[in-house]
Amino acid sequence: MTQDAKARAGEVVLEAIGLTKHFPVRRGLRKLFSKERPAVHAVDDVRLTLRRGQVVALVGESGSGKSTVARLLAQLYPRTDGDIRLHGESTTVKGGGAFRAYAARVQMIFQDPFASLNPVHTIRYHLTRSLKIHHNAGKTDADLENALHELLTQVSLTPPERYLDKFPHELSGGQRQRVAIARALGARPEALLADEPVSMLDVSIRLGVLNLLRDLKERLNLAILYITHDIASARYFADETLVMYAGRMVEGGDSETVTQTPAHPYTRLLIDSAPDPDRLAGDADPLDEDRGNGEPPSLINPPSGCRFHPRCPSAMPRCSTDLPVRLEIGDVPGHWAACWLYDAKAEVPA
Amino acid sequence: MEPVLEIRNLNVDYGLGDKAVHAVRDVNLTLHRGEVLGLAGESGSGKSTLAYGLTRLLAPPGVITGGEVVYHPERSPAYDVLRLTDNELRAFRWAETAIVFQGAMNSLNPVHKISTQLTDVLRAHEPKMSEHSRNARAREMLKVVGISPDRMEAYPHQLSGGMRQRVMIGMALILQPQVVIMDEPTTALDVVMQRQILGQLIELRERLGFSVIFITHDLSLLVEFSNRIAIMYGGRIVEEAPASTIYRDALHPYSKGLLGSFPALRGPRRELAGIPGSPPDLAGMPSGCSFHPRCPKAFDPCSANIPVLGRPGTPDGSVRSVACWLHPVPAGEE
Repeated sequence: MTQDAKARAGEVVLEAIGLTKHFPVRRGLRKLFSKERPAVHAVDDVRLTLRRGQVVALVGESGSGKSTVARLLAQLYPRTDGDIRLHGESTTVKGGGAFRAYAARVQMIFQDPFASLNPVHTIRYHLTRSLKIHHNAGKTDADLENALHELLTQVSLTPPERYLDKFPHELSGGQRQRVAIARALGARPEALLADEPVSMLDVSIRLGVLNLLRDLKERLNLAILYITHDIASARYFADETLVMYAGRMVEGGDSETVTQTPAHPYTRLLIDSAPDPDRLAGDADPLDEDRGNGEPPSLINPPSGCRFHPRCPSAMPRCSTDLPVRLEIGDVPGHWAACWLYDAKAEVPA
Repeated sequence: MEPVLEIRNLNVDYGLGDKAVHAVRDVNLTLHRGEVLGLAGESGSGKSTLAYGLTRLLAPPGVITGGEVVYHPERSPAYDVLRLTDNELRAFRWAETAIVFQGAMNSLNPVHKISTQLTDVLRAHEPKMSEHSRNARAREMLKVVGISPDRMEAYPHQLSGGMRQRVMIGMALILQPQVVIMDEPTTALDVVMQRQILGQLIELRERLGFSVIFITHDLSLLVEFSNRIAIMYGGRIVEEAPASTIYRDALHPYSKGLLGSFPALRGPRRELAGIPGSPPDLAGMPSGCSFHPRCPKAFDPCSANIPVLGRPGTPDGSVRSVACWLHPVPAGEE
C-alpha cells in the first residue's frame, strides 16, 4: 500500500442519505380513477456510509430491500427520494458518459456468476472490455496483456495464461465469481457493491471468495458494501453491520456488537433463528416462546409506525402509531436501533 | 435400534457404457426407525441422486447399476425396493416412503386448489375412502402442519412461501409413511421460517414416529436437527457418525473442512479458510481418494487407492465410520 493510499483510509467514499425507492404498482380498472397511487415501498429512508478500507454488511431476509439499496447506489435505478453522495457531492446520473464515470468509481458484483458472464465470450474479452471502457488498458498490446495478467493474479487465478482464453462454462462457480470480481477491479473502483457474492457458490469455496474480497479491501483500500442474508458471515467479514427489515433499517453498529448483543427484537429473532451447532438435537428450542414468528408484511401497505410491530413480542401501543427514530443504545458508541424500547425520554410503565 | 431402510452397495450412473458418469458409488447406509439421518454434501456430491435412486425416481439417463434398497415395513417381511414391479412400486411410493423435493413450494400446481391437490393422493391410494372422510383427512393434515383448515379452498398463489412449503410437508405425511425424504426442504426460505418449519417437523416426527432422511448442504443445520450425519463427497460416503460426534470430533479432512466453512455466530471470532480448490467433476474423478487433490493431509496411499468406509476404533465404542487412509480399518474387521 502506498503512503498516499494509507492516508486516505477511512475517507468517506459513498453516502446514502434518506434513500427511498417506491415502485409503482399497476392499478386495476376500479382504482384507475381514484387518487390513490399504490406503490411497493421497497426502500424507505436508508442512511449508510461507505468508507475506504472498510466493509459494511447489509443483512436482511429476502424482500427486505437490500438488493434495491445496492442497485440504487450503483445508479441502476433512479431514486424516489433522498440523496447519494460520492465524496460529499450529490450525484444523479442517467446513462451516458456520466454513468461511465460513476461506474469507474463504484462497481457492482452480482449474485449469480453463471448469469453475469456472457457464455459466448472468453475471460480475456470480459476483462479487456472492462479495462478499455475505463481507460485502464494502456497504449500498447503489451500494456493490455500486463493489465490482464495483473487482474487475474489479484483474484488468485494463477497462472493467468491458463484462464485467459477459457470460456465461462469451463470454470467452476468460484472461479467465475473471481472473474466477475476481476472485471469489477478492471475499472479501478473505489467502492465495490457486492450483492450476495457467495450465496450461489458451493459451501466449501465461499470462504475462499470472502477472504479474497477482504484481502483486496486491504491491498487496494476499497470500500465494500456486502449484502447478505447470512448474519454469521457478516460477523466474520464486515466491520459494520446494518440490519434491514421490510425496507427500513432497524439496527446498526459494529458487527461484533450487533451480533453479540442485538438490541432490536427483529435482530434478536434473526440471530436466534440461525442454525447453531452447539444447540444439539433434543435441546429445548429457544423459539418455543413467541419471539415474533410469522412473515414480513406486504410492502404495498406497510404497517403504520414500526414495520415490525405486528410480529414483535414486546410491542407497545406507540409502536403501531409512531415511526421509531434511530436511538443510541449506549453500550458501544455507534450502536443504534430504530426501536421505541430504547427511548430514554419516555416513561416506561412499570 | 431397528432398521427401516437399508441401502446396500447402491451404484447410480448417468449414461451408459464408457461415458457413464458414476454419480453414486458403493453407498451403504442404514436408516433406523424414528431417526433423523442427515445427508450433507456440496452440489454434485451425489446426495440428491442417492435420494432419487432409492425411491426409483431417477429420470433417464440415470440408471441404477447395482445394489439393494431393503425396506422393512412395520409388520410384514422386508423386501427390496429395486425389485418391485410397477404396480407394487406405485403402492409403495407415498404410502411407505414420501419425498419433499427441492424448491417444493414451486411444485404445487398453480391452477388447482390446495384441497384438490391434497385429496388427490388419497383418491389414488385409498379409492374406497368417501369424499367426506377424504376432506376431513386433508383438513386434519393442514392443522397438523400449522395451517388453518379454512385455507383449504385457497390457490397456491394465495399462500406465502412458508405456507406452501408446509402444505407440501403435510401432503407428504398424509398417508402416514414410515420414511420421509427431504431434499433441501428449506433452502428457498428465510432463516426465521426455516427454523419454524424444521421445529414443527421434529415435533411431528416425535408424534407420528416416522424416520427422516434430511438432505442439505448446510452442515450447521444438520448438526442441530439430526441424530446421525453421513457426509458425501464425489458420490461416496466419506464419513458417518452421530451428529454430536461429527461436530466435536470429525475424522475425515473433508468433514473438518466443511465444518470450518461456516463462520460461527457465537464464540470467538476466528480466521477460517474453507477448502482450497473446487469440487471434483464427476466425469473426470481423481484417482484414489477423490478428495486428495484438495486435502491438506494427503499422503502416499491417497492418490493410489480408494479408501474403504470402515470403522476406526473409538474409545467410547460409539458407532461411526470413515473412509480415509489416515484412519485405516483395524485388521480383522471389514
